[in-house]
Amino acid sequence: MDLSRFLKGNRTQDAAPGCDGQADRGILVFENTSEVIQAEKLLKKNGWDIRVMGPPPEIRQGCDLVIEFPLIEELQILRSLEAERLPPLRTVPVTSPLLQPVDIFQFKDYGRHLMVRAANMKLTVDRETGVIVNISGGGCPDVPFLAASMVGRTLADAPSPRDIGHTLCGYALQLAYEEVRRRCSA
Amino acid sequence: MLCIAGTIPADDFPLMEGEVELRGEQLRIGSSFIAVNRGTPALLAAAVKAAETLGRPSPFAYLVGDTGTGKGSRRLYEHMTEVLPRSSFGTIAFHYLQPIIHWHNKIQAVLGKLTPRPRLIADAGFMYAAKMSGAASLYDLFTPDVGELAFLADEEAPHPFYTRGFILHEDNHVPDLIVRAYKHRNAARHLLVKGEKDYLADETGILATVEHPAEEAMEAIGGTGDTLTGLVSVLIDAGMNMREAAVAAMRANRLAGRYAQPTPATQIAEIIRHIPRALRQVLEGQVIR
Repeated sequence: MDLSRFLKGNRTQDAAPGCDGQADRGILVFENTSEVIQAEKLLKKNGWDIRVMGPPPEIRQGCDLVIEFPLIEELQILRSLEAERLPPLRTVPVTSPLLQPVDIFQFKDYGRHLMVRAANMKLTVDRETGVIVNISGGGCPDVPFLAASMVGRTLADAPSPRDIGHTLCGYALQLAYEEVRRRCSA
Repeated sequence: MLCIAGTIPADDFPLMEGEVELRGEQLRIGSSFIAVNRGTPALLAAAVKAAETLGRPSPFAYLVGDTGTGKGSRRLYEHMTEVLPRSSFGTIAFHYLQPIIHWHNKIQAVLGKLTPRPRLIADAGFMYAAKMSGAASLYDLFTPDVGELAFLADEEAPHPFYTRGFILHEDNHVPDLIVRAYKHRNAARHLLVKGEKDYLADETGILATVEHPAEEAMEAIGGTGDTLTGLVSVLIDAGMNMREAAVAAMRANRLAGRYAQPTPATQIAEIIRHIPRALRQVLEGQVIR
């Protein structure tokens, strides 16, 4: 008998039916984007049904992300985050549509090199060696830092933007990085 | 004098201000040395090379270390709100800074009181903050790439990460995106759009385009937009009108790329080396194909 649905983090579908709607969703607001990225990683690892989204205008500060979650599971999610010393600043029910992160990739084939663009971030890889040869685009201050950390290293060895980035540009680079990895391993 | 404000990708880089010069392959400000790589260092290096070529003073910079937490950017914003009231820069270019709306607005409140008002250029994170703040029209020039232009054209997006798909799909139609950006008042007085073809536009439409020389690999090379912003900033500060400055900068940036014989793996420092020759050639009016 499969009892996995009773495990912590695997209860979303039973606990929050109809979660495609918004009335039963809330958002977790953090101090900065790097905390959002860490919290997303933790909650997804634990199987929670969460999504990274743009904040509603009334709480928008600038370079923001929030985590949308099933409201009914708020206590357990907060407990998980507090256990990892990642408490959100606050939780807010979703009352209006949230901004959807970009989910379109564009590609440029240079023959030996492949460039993938996600939103404003572009990552170019040498197909033969798997080495990241360039990172372009973006405007947040972690982009030059990410480029310095990743360019010249292979896809297997380079740090993930999710682990060392802090901003929405870093998050967009993560999407491009995942897409390049997917394409280069296919 | 040209002022450039931006960040260095190292958390331990202190808040620094002063004239910047190139010492070999590195930038020097005060007693600190900075490797020339993409981001504000690439903009600065291009600006130093261009200023040398024109016989102009080196740019003055406000710099701070920031790897994306925004801590350095906040310190820089705060410092600039204190020192800008006593400044007399002719042109200020804001670059890689954490886009924070309330700090942008504090800076803008200070800038609005300066007499004479400096010419204002915004690129990268500070341009995002200017658009999000609804203050785009207070700037003389934004220098977006095509992805960032789509963000300017999307009146609802607070960051390029949230640009709606139907607008992103239009990125081969730069003229339409320019119209949309002006329609919703999310563009500076001029837009210099960097891409396969470079555009200069204002609210009346496209003023100029440059598409030669064409090096396809340039799009992949991190920092080619930064160098273009550095070039146009120096030329504007030298007294050129917007159209002259933008067209010369677009041509010189492309020509420097051509001289580097780039591949998608070329690094920006290799292109910056060729800026003096390229800029001199453009300003001497030589036809480039």
